[in-house]
Amino acid sequence: MDDFIAARSQMALSLGFHIIFSCIGMVMPFFMAVAHYKWLKTKDEVYKNITKAWSKGVAIFFATGAVSGTMLSFELGLLWPKFMEHAGPIFGMPFSLEGTAFFIEAIALGFFLYGWNKLNKWFHWFTGVVVGVSGLASGILVVAANAWMNSPTGFDFVNGQYLNIDPIKAMFNGAWFTQALHMCLAAFTATGFAVAGVHALMVLRKNNIYFHLKAFKIAAIFACIGALLQPISGDISAKDVAQRQPAKLAAMEALYKTEKPAPLLIGGIVNEKNKEVKMAVKIPGALSFLAHGDFKAEVKGLDQIPVNEHPPVAITHYAFQIMVGIGTLLLLISLIYFFNLIKKKSLLDKKWLLKLFVFAIPLGYVALEAGWVVTEVGRQPWIIYGIMRTKDAVTPMPGIAYSFYIFTIIYVSLSVIVTFLLYRQIKMVPVLYTHKETKIKDS
Amino acid sequence: MEYVVITFLCLGILLYFLLGGADFGAGIIELFTSAKNRGKTRKTMYQAIGPVWEANHMWLIIAIVILFVGFPHIYTTMSVYLHIPLLIMLVGIIARGTAFVFRHYDAVQDNMQEVYNKIFVYSSFITPLFLGIIAGSLISGHINVHATDFVAAYIYSWFNWFSVSVGLFTVALCGFLAAIYLIGETNEVNAKQRFIKKAKFMNVAAVVFGIIVFIAAQQDDIPLIDWVFKNNIGLFAVTLASLSLVLLWYLLLKGKTKILRVLAGFQVTMILLAISYAHFPNFIRLKDGDSISLFSAIAPEKTIYSLGLALLLGSILILPFLGYLFYKFQQREE
Repeated sequence: MDDFIAARSQMALSLGFHIIFSCIGMVMPFFMAVAHYKWLKTKDEVYKNITKAWSKGVAIFFATGAVSGTMLSFELGLLWPKFMEHAGPIFGMPFSLEGTAFFIEAIALGFFLYGWNKLNKWFHWFTGVVVGVSGLASGILVVAANAWMNSPTGFDFVNGQYLNIDPIKAMFNGAWFTQALHMCLAAFTATGFAVAGVHALMVLRKNNIYFHLKAFKIAAIFACIGALLQPISGDISAKDVAQRQPAKLAAMEALYKTEKPAPLLIGGIVNEKNKEVKMAVKIPGALSFLAHGDFKAEVKGLDQIPVNEHPPVAITHYAFQIMVGIGTLLLLISLIYFFNLIKKKSLLDKKWLLKLFVFAIPLGYVALEAGWVVTEVGRQPWIIYGIMRTKDAVTPMPGIAYSFYIFTIIYVSLSVIVTFLLYRQIKMVPVLYTHKETKIKDS
Repeated sequence: MEYVVITFLCLGILLYFLLGGADFGAGIIELFTSAKNRGKTRKTMYQAIGPVWEANHMWLIIAIVILFVGFPHIYTTMSVYLHIPLLIMLVGIIARGTAFVFRHYDAVQDNMQEVYNKIFVYSSFITPLFLGIIAGSLISGHINVHATDFVAAYIYSWFNWFSVSVGLFTVALCGFLAAIYLIGETNEVNAKQRFIKKAKFMNVAAVVFGIIVFIAAQQDDIPLIDWVFKNNIGLFAVTLASLSLVLLWYLLLKGKTKILRVLAGFQVTMILLAISYAHFPNFIRLKDGDSISLFSAIAPEKTIYSLGLALLLGSILILPFLGYLFYKFQQREE
């Protein structure tokens, strides 16, 4: 395996792994805070049990996310030393703040997990909220650093030198807000659907129905609000990308030729050699509207971009299709769910809706990963857009393939173990949290 | 502001060494505990480090972020030439962190526990070993930026007598710190005795490996003796460390626990000071005789300014909260 490809694969693998764990770590605390609040207010034991059951999951995910994050802070240098040498001082600001946020999260988690019956109950609740808020802040900061790679600012690039560095300006680069918004909503949607789906499955299996219905509702409401808001955020992002990274937008839509007005392509098979797309559904003028808010506007195609600056089109296009397709599906499920909620219909009579949620368990994460593929692969061949090429940043050390193999083994086995642990946690719910009260309610 | 940043860097490294080190040490102690006492040791250990262990490891992140934001050239030189030991250390960190949490949060207590235990204790040994190797390599002068062949550039940079003996020395120090820490964490007389015994053993090991480090330095032409003994601060620090060693043994025999911790922490701090003071602000010594100093590798002023500000702001938020965490979970059994 080529060292460059190995380095990119290792980075993609590490990030792809880390994203899932960090999203769960940053979203679940909010679910817990709601359940915890309800327990403190209503004194219904079931909410305490839900909080405790979720917190065990969070501990597992947080620890895994923390170590894989530590790993990444080293991997940036191990794999891309030339990038870090120049970029470190420029885009380091969000990382140094992230260090603080992450530290606070770890401390608050210590309080939260070990604080039952030891702390004032509202202080204890508050530490849980702090876990969520600082986790979310970490996420936003890291995405701001990534946004800088898409929209580098805060320095002057003169003859290969990086001068007049302004880290604050770099942090508040043009893409930070749109990217962070999109990411946060995605995290809530994906995690919400995954959690809700698992509880829906348990309801269908008739295990501790009362417990699982309550847990389902909390997660599902978060998930559905996220899914409803996501298209708006996606629209803002699309307009942003159209302006700043026309090559990425062209790759997302496999737009080889500049067109005015440009159609929106749905699906299709990309032939990178012949630069064409077959069997796609075309909606006339729709891409012009999405990119520029005008059905007749011109959209830049790849023909206006030098060939050596083209991102891989097929991967970006397919990933984009997957993301949007799943997003639409989750939006529909959300609408149905809210309709149901307003009508106050019992979910127990709507098994098909619960089944839909079960079906959606992995979908949010698939869309989330696809979204990352769009933004990262769509930025290629650049590591700092328009400034430094990815292949110029890679480490001079040979044999990166071996390190890639090692990490593949580690991440695969960690995924297996975490899934196994989660399965065990869920299986133990009836043993750990069944009370007389809930038994009566179940029947 | 650069001094603020450098202070935080040193503080981050020191605290990682003390707190993270004690944490690794707990695993090392478990490794050297007889099978019949392991269960009890594990329980004490979990109570002691459970609530604080995540926080302990944040110091590494703080240090590494300071390095890559504030001293990018140092960070990248380490990343390139010490790629292999860094990688092994990271694998250790991953294995250890996850095994520790998994074994506690596995809802079913079955023979998977043994698997987690094995992973935990061995990675607790490997991680500080390579941490020490990396630290040793930075000052060993074996990093050769002109090397063209793989072995000279990426293996000998860290695989040498000096680096490896610093690694072993680090392991012994971590075990020592943990044993001292754990003595105060149990009220049971037998367990206390056991940890006192471990502390003595680890202390002897540390002294032995310390001497080996000096011999290895001689072997590898590293002027360690000059650094430590030919300047006042170094000499002072070593003298204090040796004096506190005597006091420490005395207190150990008396079984006084609270002061012991302070003393052990102080001793390790003095050792670090003695080794690093003489070549401060040089951070990496290279084979060609050059050094990379903190001041020559420093990022532009504006970066350092905002980094310093972020660190100060962060510590206002972190330190009281962290202090309260340690305080709250100290008063357990009473």
